Amino acid sequence: MKNMKTAALAAVSVVCMSGVAQAQREAGHMIMAVGAPVTSIDPHYHQLSPNNAVSDAIFDKLVNTDAQARQIPGLAVSWTAVAPTVWEFKLRPNVTFQNGNAFTAEDVVFTIERLPNVPNSPSSYAAYARPILRMEIVDPLTIRFHTREPYPLLPLDMTNVRILDKETSEGASTDDFNSLKVAFGTGPYRPTAYRNGDRIEFARNPTYWGPAPAFDRVTYRMITNDASRLASLLSGDVDSIDQVPTTDVARLRADPRVTLAEIVGLRLVFLGLDQLRTANESSPFITDNDGKPLGRNPLQDVRVRRALSIAIDRKAIVDRIMEGAATPAGQFLPPGTYSHVPDVTAPAYDPDGAKRLLAEAGYPNGFRIQLNGPNDRYINDSRIIQAIGQMWTRIGIRTAVEAQTWATFVGRAGRAEYSAFLIGWGSNPDGSHPLRNIMATVDRERGRGASNRGHYSNPQVDSLLDQALGELDEGKREQIEINAQRIVAQDVGIIPLHIQTNIWATRQGYIHEPRADELTRPQDVRPAPAR
Amino acid sequence: MTLYLIRRLFQALLVMLAMSLIVFIGVYGIGDPVEILISPDADQAERARAVAALGLDLPLWQQYGVFLVRALQGDLGRSFVYNVPALQLILQRMPATLELAVGATVLAIVVGLPLGLYAGLKPDSIGGRSIMAGSILGFSLPSFWVGLMLIMVFAVQLGWLPSTGRGTTVEILGSRWSFLTRDGLAHMIMPAMNLALFKISLVIRLTRAGVREAMLMDYVKFARAKGLTNSRVIFVHVFKNILIPVVTVTGLEFGSTIAFSVVTESIFAWPGMGKLIIDSINVLDRPVIVAYLMMIVFMFIIINLVVDLTYTILDPRVRLESKAI
Repeated sequence: MKNMKTAALAAVSVVCMSGVAQAQREAGHMIMAVGAPVTSIDPHYHQLSPNNAVSDAIFDKLVNTDAQARQIPGLAVSWTAVAPTVWEFKLRPNVTFQNGNAFTAEDVVFTIERLPNVPNSPSSYAAYARPILRMEIVDPLTIRFHTREPYPLLPLDMTNVRILDKETSEGASTDDFNSLKVAFGTGPYRPTAYRNGDRIEFARNPTYWGPAPAFDRVTYRMITNDASRLASLLSGDVDSIDQVPTTDVARLRADPRVTLAEIVGLRLVFLGLDQLRTANESSPFITDNDGKPLGRNPLQDVRVRRALSIAIDRKAIVDRIMEGAATPAGQFLPPGTYSHVPDVTAPAYDPDGAKRLLAEAGYPNGFRIQLNGPNDRYINDSRIIQAIGQMWTRIGIRTAVEAQTWATFVGRAGRAEYSAFLIGWGSNPDGSHPLRNIMATVDRERGRGASNRGHYSNPQVDSLLDQALGELDEGKREQIEINAQRIVAQDVGIIPLHIQTNIWATRQGYIHEPRADELTRPQDVRPAPAR
Repeated sequence: MTLYLIRRLFQALLVMLAMSLIVFIGVYGIGDPVEILISPDADQAERARAVAALGLDLPLWQQYGVFLVRALQGDLGRSFVYNVPALQLILQRMPATLELAVGATVLAIVVGLPLGLYAGLKPDSIGGRSIMAGSILGFSLPSFWVGLMLIMVFAVQLGWLPSTGRGTTVEILGSRWSFLTRDGLAHMIMPAMNLALFKISLVIRLTRAGVREAMLMDYVKFARAKGLTNSRVIFVHVFKNILIPVVTVTGLEFGSTIAFSVVTESIFAWPGMGKLIIDSINVLDRPVIVAYLMMIVFMFIIINLVVDLTYTILDPRVRLESKAI
C-alpha cells in the first residue's frame, strides 16, 4: 500500500515537471492539417497526391509546376528537344541537397534508374522511366534523354519525378526514407520527424535555392475527419487546413477569423456509360419499363447519350449540392489550361429536347436504368447521383440509384459491370492525359484506355491521339488534342458534370496559395502581408 | 490450473485461425486492393506489376497458404499501403489506443462506482434519480455527436482544451506516451471522456442494481444485527458481492475500447489502432486487417481469462472448471 502511494506521488511529480515544458507555440512555427493520410516519405514508393505534396516540400523536380499547373523551371533551368528522340535538360547550378551534397546530372540518372526498382510499390513511378531508352551526361549540368520514339510528354513526366541524392540514396529502401535516414532533397523544407498516420515535422532548409521558406518549423498533421479538421482550425490549434467541406463554405465566407483560398481544380466529375455491350446486347442495369431485358443497348445511340446529358441540370447541382464549389463542365480541362477546347461548353439543361431525342431514338416512353456511384470518394458523390436519378426520371427514364463504398465500387466499375456510373478524373494539364487513359479504345498492349470503364471507342480519336503523342511542336500538338476532345464531346463518350473547386482555409494572419492540382504543400502557406 | 490455461490458449489459436480465414475470404470478396491503391493513370502493364508485387496474382488458396506458412514463422505480412510489417505498424499505434482505453476505463470506475452506489443506496432521493436520468443520456447519445460537441464547446468556444491530436509525447522504451506530459494529458481529457461516457453509465446501472438487490439480502440484515457500522456493511460486505458483474462488463468494455474506438479516434484525430483499422479497411490493406483482427481475438481471450481469474478472488464459490490443479 505504501509502495503504491510512493508510485502515485512519483507519477504526479513527473506530470508536473514535464508539464512545465507545455507546448507554447513559438514564433515561426506553423501547423497545417490535411484530410488525406500520407503513406510514405519515399518519393518513389506510392503515387498518391498526399505523398506527392509532402515530397514537393522535401524534394524538387527537374520541371516544377506553378499553382495553375503550368510548367516552370525546377532543378532544370531549360529543356529543348535537340533531335526528334533526344531531350536536353540544362540543370540548375550551385544547388545542394539538404545534407550538403552538390546536385549534378549523376543524381538525375540515379533517380530515373531507381523508379522501376522500388520493391512492394502499390503504385510505382516506373511509367515515367519507360519512354527513356538511355541517358547521356553531357557535362555535370547537362543531361540528354534518348527516347524510343519522339516523345513530347517528357517534360510533363518530369513534373512527377522527385530527384534524389545519389550518394545518400544508393541502395536505400523505403524504410530508410521513412526513418528519415536518407530523406534529403533540395526542397524548401527538411523533415525532422515522421509519425505514420499522425504528423510530419519540417524545419526550414536554409540553403534552399528558391524563395526563402516562410517558417522555421512546420507541423503537418493528418486529421481525416472533416468536422474535426475544421474545428481544429476554428479553435486555433492549426493554422491552415485543406479539403474544406462544401457544407461549411458559405458560413466560413462570412467568418472574419478565417480566409478561404479557392481555385478551379483539374478534377472532372463525370458519368461513364456502358458502350461495351453492342447495340444488340442488353446492358446489365437497363431494362424496359416492365423490368424485362431490352435486348439492345440504348447507350450505343448517341441521341440517347445526348438526351441523358442535357437532361441534367448542372447548374442546380453546382449551386445546391456543391454549394458553388464547382464549375459546370463539358470537357476534362478548365479554361486557361493547355488543350482546353474553347468552343465546348457545359451542355445546357433542356429536358424537352432530351425527350424529343429519346423519341427519335425509339424510346418515347423511356426505359429503366440503374445509376451507380461511390459514396466516399468525390465531394458529395452520392447526393449528386440521387439528383441525377430524379432528373432522368423526369424525362421518362426511370432511374434507380445505388451508391457504394469506393473499395467495392471501383472494382466492379473496372470490370464494366455497370450501365451508368459516376466517377472522377484528376487530369494532368494536357489533353493527351485524359484522352489516353479514359477516351482511347481499351488496348492492353499499348497501355491505352486503362481507365476507360465505359469502353467508349472511336478510331478517329485513337488516331488523333497517336498523332499527338508523336508531335513535338507544342502548338500543333495542342490543336490535335483539341480536335480529338471535340469529337469526344460530340460523341458524348462520357457525360461531363462539373470540375471541382479546391478549397483551403487559413486562420487570420496566414494565406494559402491554392493549387489546381489539389496538392497541399507547406511552402504554399505564408504569413499574411500586413494591411 | 495449468491444464485450464493450456486449453484456453489452444482455443485462442483455433479462433485466430478461423478469423484469418474469414478475413481473407471477406477482403477478397469486397474488391481488389490494387484498384484502390494504384494511381488512376497507371496503364495495364503497371497494374499487372502492382498485382504481382503484392502477391495478389496467385489463387486465393495459395495466397492463404503463403500467409499461413509465414505466420507460423512469426511474419504476418507487410502492409500493402505502408510497406511496413503489419504487426509493427499495429504495435506502433498501440500505445496511443492503450492509454486512451485505460484512461476511459479508470474514469468509468472512478466516476461510475460511487455514483452507482449512491443511486443504489438512496434510490428515491433527488440525487439518485438525477444520476439515473443522466445515465440514460450517457447510453443514448451517439459518441460521434458527443465528441464533436465536446470539441465545439471546450476547444472552439471556450478554448480550454486542445481540439484534436495527441500533443506532446514522451518516449519510453521505444513507444510514445501522452499521459506523462501536461500537454498530452490535456489532449487526452476529451477523447477519454467521450469513450468513458457510455461506460460510466453502464457501471452506474450495474452497481445500482447490485446494491439494491444486495441490501435486501439476509447477510446484510445479519451484519447490521451484529452491530457492524454502516460503512463496513456497505464497503466490505455489499461491495464484494456486487463487483462480479461490474468486473465482467468492465473487462469486456475495456477490450472493445481497445479494439473498436474507431469513432472517437477519428473525431479526435487520435493516431491509434482504431483509426488504423478503419483506414486499412477503406483501402483493403489485407495484411493489416488480418493481423489486427487476430491480435484482437487473442486480446479478448486474454481479457476473459483475467476476468475469470478475478472471479475466483472476488468470490470463493467460483472455481475454474478444471480440477487438475
